[in-house]
Amino acid sequence: MDALLLARMQFAANITFHILFPTITIALGWALLIFRLRWIKTKDAAWLVAYRFWTQIFALSFGLGVVSGITMSFQFGTNWPGFMERVGNIAGPLLGYEVLTAFFLEASFLGIMLFGHGRVSERVHLAATFLVAFGTTLSAFWILALNSWMQTPAGYEIINGEFHVRSWLQVIFNPSFPYRLTHMLIASGLTVSFLMAGISAWQMLRAKANRSTAPVFRGSVMAAALLIPIQIFVGDLHGLNTLEHQPQKIAAIEAIWKTERGAPLLLFAMPSAKDSNNRYALGIPGGASLILKHDSKAEVRGLNEFPNAHPPVAPLFWAFRIMVGTGMAMLAASWLGSWLLRKRAPQDLPRLLLYVFAAMTFAGWLATVAGWYVTEIGRQPYIVYGLLRTADVASTVPASHIAVTLVAYLLMYTFLLFAYVGVLRYLAGKPVSEEPPMVGPVGADGQTLEART
Amino acid sequence: MNPSTLNLAHMTFNEFLPVIFMSLMGFAMLVYVVLDGYDLGVGLLLPRASDDDKDTMISSIGPFWDANETWLVLGVGILLIAFPKAYGVVLTALYLPVAAMLCGLILRGVAFEFRVKARAHHKHLWNHAFFAGSLIASLAQGWMLGRYITGLAQGIEFDIFAALIALALPAAYVLLGSSWLIMKTEGDLQKLALRWARIAWPAVAVGMLLISLATPWVSATVRERWFSLPAFFALLPIPLSTLAALLGLAFCLRGERVLGRASHIPLMLSGYIMTMGFCGLAYSLYPFVVMDSITIWQAAAAPTSLKFILVGVAITVPMIAAYTVFAYRIFGGKATGLRYL
Repeated sequence: MDALLLARMQFAANITFHILFPTITIALGWALLIFRLRWIKTKDAAWLVAYRFWTQIFALSFGLGVVSGITMSFQFGTNWPGFMERVGNIAGPLLGYEVLTAFFLEASFLGIMLFGHGRVSERVHLAATFLVAFGTTLSAFWILALNSWMQTPAGYEIINGEFHVRSWLQVIFNPSFPYRLTHMLIASGLTVSFLMAGISAWQMLRAKANRSTAPVFRGSVMAAALLIPIQIFVGDLHGLNTLEHQPQKIAAIEAIWKTERGAPLLLFAMPSAKDSNNRYALGIPGGASLILKHDSKAEVRGLNEFPNAHPPVAPLFWAFRIMVGTGMAMLAASWLGSWLLRKRAPQDLPRLLLYVFAAMTFAGWLATVAGWYVTEIGRQPYIVYGLLRTADVASTVPASHIAVTLVAYLLMYTFLLFAYVGVLRYLAGKPVSEEPPMVGPVGADGQTLEART
Repeated sequence: MNPSTLNLAHMTFNEFLPVIFMSLMGFAMLVYVVLDGYDLGVGLLLPRASDDDKDTMISSIGPFWDANETWLVLGVGILLIAFPKAYGVVLTALYLPVAAMLCGLILRGVAFEFRVKARAHHKHLWNHAFFAGSLIASLAQGWMLGRYITGLAQGIEFDIFAALIALALPAAYVLLGSSWLIMKTEGDLQKLALRWARIAWPAVAVGMLLISLATPWVSATVRERWFSLPAFFALLPIPLSTLAALLGLAFCLRGERVLGRASHIPLMLSGYIMTMGFCGLAYSLYPFVVMDSITIWQAAAAPTSLKFILVGVAITVPMIAAYTVFAYRIFGGKATGLRYL
């Protein structure tokens, strides 16, 4: 295999592993803040248990996100040295702001949030929880600004092959950024909703429910039911934005090889790059034109208009369908669940539905990763859309080195994923303390000052 | 810009920008080496302690390790932001050790989280992983430091040098780690930490000496910079105070008096030694990002980009420093068992 393909596989492996964890921590941070606030307001121990239980999962996910994030910061250079040489003026500051404003914030206050037990007041602790949640979201803001700029570059000029900034506002708020950021934040919300609903369902099925299981299940199913239609709407806007700025990505998603009027919406097909055609195609006539142009007779540009400059078709075609299919399953499950929860307690739901939720624990991961594959593979063969090709910025490291490290990363990531899911399962079955926490500063003897007086 | 005109007073602001970022990168790397140094050191010492002590050791670094590692991201981040043309060169040359370090850091970070949450009989596995990760990461960092200060030069003598540094840096981490434990623990574990610190001391002293001798030997630029008059005398405080701190540390570690109220002194002295070693190195390197080959001006990003990020740096770095101090104060005193709130 050639070094370029190996470097891409390695980068894809790392970024795929990494995105799993921020997808959880972005929304989970806010969920923890809500749990904590509910507990302070109602003094209902269920919320305290929810906070404690999900804090463990947050810490675990956060740790995995930190270490795989460190990997990312090095791999831009080890795998794509030319990228920073050419685009460093733009990518550097955006990544820099991410580290300075977000990474430090979340990592520093996480310690207080997790272990501030008995050392800080409830108010300081709450502030720390807020800052962690805020930090994870701010982190997404900067990273998605850069990613979106690579998809729809704006506000730059090229001098002697190097990119220079003309307007930071245009660079950050580039045409696809608002859509991509919103889409990703809601994806995080959905991922966490289904994670919570799934683990709670599993706890109920295995008779391992704790005080918080039922309210968390109810809340997360409702949140999913609310978020999913918004996500479908935002996804549609995002798609139209892509059609405007990256037409070949849409052509690959819909496997439209030749520009045509009344393009069909393919439900199934085997796209074949060799003869630029689809085999076993099954589609709704005019469907793609209707969705993309809101007119079933409209013309949609095909891949033939972008010789040597369009992404591979099959991965996009399938990844897109996996994402949308998972979204539809989320819609069905969360709406049905919410409907039944109007009159019933979570424990009284049909067991089959609980099994469905348990099976969908990681549905958010599936949809998010599939969605990122669509957008990232869909940008190829460019690293900066239309301007800089991935092949031109690749590293000169020998293929054998990349292959060896790729195998090492893959083994480690596989092992860690199994360990992560295993520990989640183990934690889900373990009882959680319902004792109220110590608050306020403590002395050296471990007692709070209030307790001593 | 000609590297021989290094007089800061004659620079325009745009020429001065890379100097600011070089200092900042150095600062971030130094803070990283000291802060993550002590928690990597604790990881290296973990197999030497009993199971109860292991928990205490881990508790002592629990609230800090995430933030400590962030300084590495800032350091490499500034390399990427301010010196994009060196970033690719350095990381391509250090491809394999970077990958090894990353694997080590990943293993160690996740072991930290997993060991407290996993089933009891899996805990010792995660302890092993924590040690292995710390060892791989520190060896790889030492190797990279060795390769970097010789300007990424090729040759067997440079490999031997890098191998020696690869052993010296973990020794420095062990010294920092045991000094940290002297400060943060009590009783038998504290006495044990004192013994560990005594063992690490000679290795650190030899490592410092090696680096001080090797850099002028490798680079004529460095030789000239250090051994010309009057610079030689002006610079004398760096090696002399390092020597004094090393001797002071050896004196501290002799009896058990340091275990009382002065238990923070070894960490202060170890930190000072690392800082001085670092200043010496920085003086040798400046103005190169890659020794004798790429200067900071050749590697720098465009001034407009540097100014944009400088605004953020000026606002956020003091804030980061402030809340780092805040966190260390909250978790000050001897380490106690950690429990989620």
